[in-house]
Amino acid sequence: MLRRRVIPCLDVANGRVVKGTRFVDLRDEGDPPELAERYAREGADEIVYLDITAAPEGRGTLLDIVERTARRAFIPLTVGGGVRSVDDMRDVLRAGADKVSLNTRAVEDPDLVRRCAARFGSQAVVVAIDARRVPASEAVPSGFEVVVRGGREPVGLDALAWARRVVELGAGELLVTSIDRDGTGSGFDTEQLRAISGLVTVPVIASGGAAGPKDFIAAVRDGGADAVLAAGIFHRREWTIAEVKAAMAAAGLPVRILPGGTEAA
Amino acid sequence: MTGVVARGGARVPVTVVDYGAGNLVSIEQALVTAGADVRRAATVAEIGQPALLVVPGVGASAPAMDRLRAGGFVPAILDWIAADRPFLGICLGLQLLFEASDEDGAATLGVLRGHTVRLDGAPTLPHIGWNQVERRFDHPAFAGIAARADFYFVHSYAGAPADDEVVLAETEHGMRFTAAVARGNLLGVQFHPERSGTDGLRLVANVVRSAADAA
Repeated sequence: MLRRRVIPCLDVANGRVVKGTRFVDLRDEGDPPELAERYAREGADEIVYLDITAAPEGRGTLLDIVERTARRAFIPLTVGGGVRSVDDMRDVLRAGADKVSLNTRAVEDPDLVRRCAARFGSQAVVVAIDARRVPASEAVPSGFEVVVRGGREPVGLDALAWARRVVELGAGELLVTSIDRDGTGSGFDTEQLRAISGLVTVPVIASGGAAGPKDFIAAVRDGGADAVLAAGIFHRREWTIAEVKAAMAAAGLPVRILPGGTEAA
Repeated sequence: MTGVVARGGARVPVTVVDYGAGNLVSIEQALVTAGADVRRAATVAEIGQPALLVVPGVGASAPAMDRLRAGGFVPAILDWIAADRPFLGICLGLQLLFEASDEDGAATLGVLRGHTVRLDGAPTLPHIGWNQVERRFDHPAFAGIAARADFYFVHSYAGAPADDEVVLAETEHGMRFTAAVARGNLLGVQFHPERSGTDGLRLVANVVRSAADAA
């Protein structure tokens, strides 16, 4: 049976992890490949790098850390942020990533989703949808509105209609973040997740709001998520990947448990 | 991790066919970790004399066959497999072994009877994530790997062999599909061992070791 995935997300700028972590046994806790390998050993099912490097000249650094990660963490790697063209995506995949996540650029140029999927296959194209709750309107009938540029800019697009559109264009997976919940620790927006996961057949990754294992369970059970992504609770060592997965397993959800994955951090 | 030093301490020569199908870093690194001396072949002239030939790849069949033909690879791969020399096909590299693909109607290598079908019974597509691989019989590639171990998949199509005896393993995702095939020294896996953690590395190491023994 297909396992529900638990995915740590690392924010990366200029080749360094931006938010600090509390792994005590890392030589360099700012080095993304070292952190990725640590999470892989702990049972992460996949790693997401979100590149928030502002300057385009930082791209070479990103490709370098992608390659170093592919050489030491033998689990799937998704890279989001800064991919603006088919050639950008090719470079990231050739460096060793398995998937690329498109967000703001897909809203600006939806056909980019189609071009990337045509070239590399839908399985390599994740579309990240950041959404917030708004009063239902003609433009946003579901009351879930797409926002871009890190959640700062609303675009008057209904998140459900956008989800359906990008899947038609070739997205193989959706990464759905509740901007209302992101960083709040108040739990995932399971209603928003359910609305989107019920609409599409591609896998949906839940993001934004995790405080503990019960939120991961709710994202899957109530939100219909296939995978659950979190950042802060793992980096701050509030919970380990293994603890979250053990709780999910105890709740009857299918997860991949590593024989050595319960080791203490 | 599970490094293997080949017989006599020499590294095992392995060639990975590079036909522009995405990430080769992971499979090359997994092979190196397994004790291989890896060469990347962009044309048939670069294949050399390896102990093991690896065809990786993700994506659609028709453009992949075009690129294999453009690199001159098709007759070489057919001869290699006909001679029962050690071969590993991964994901698309397995699907291309069948006669044709339902995805785009492409005629593929035809090494195995049957064709590639869409996983129409699946609750979600693409089938992305870790899933259990259930072996039908013992095979050296899975030595030391627990029954029903999890491997990482990312695909919407899978090979449907006409000859039941080549089915080495199956996986369930709303329907049963072929997760691995084996015939002599040919092995094809639908999952990605290079992205399947410790068990994946063990499988790659087993394949490299078997190839070294067969040489």
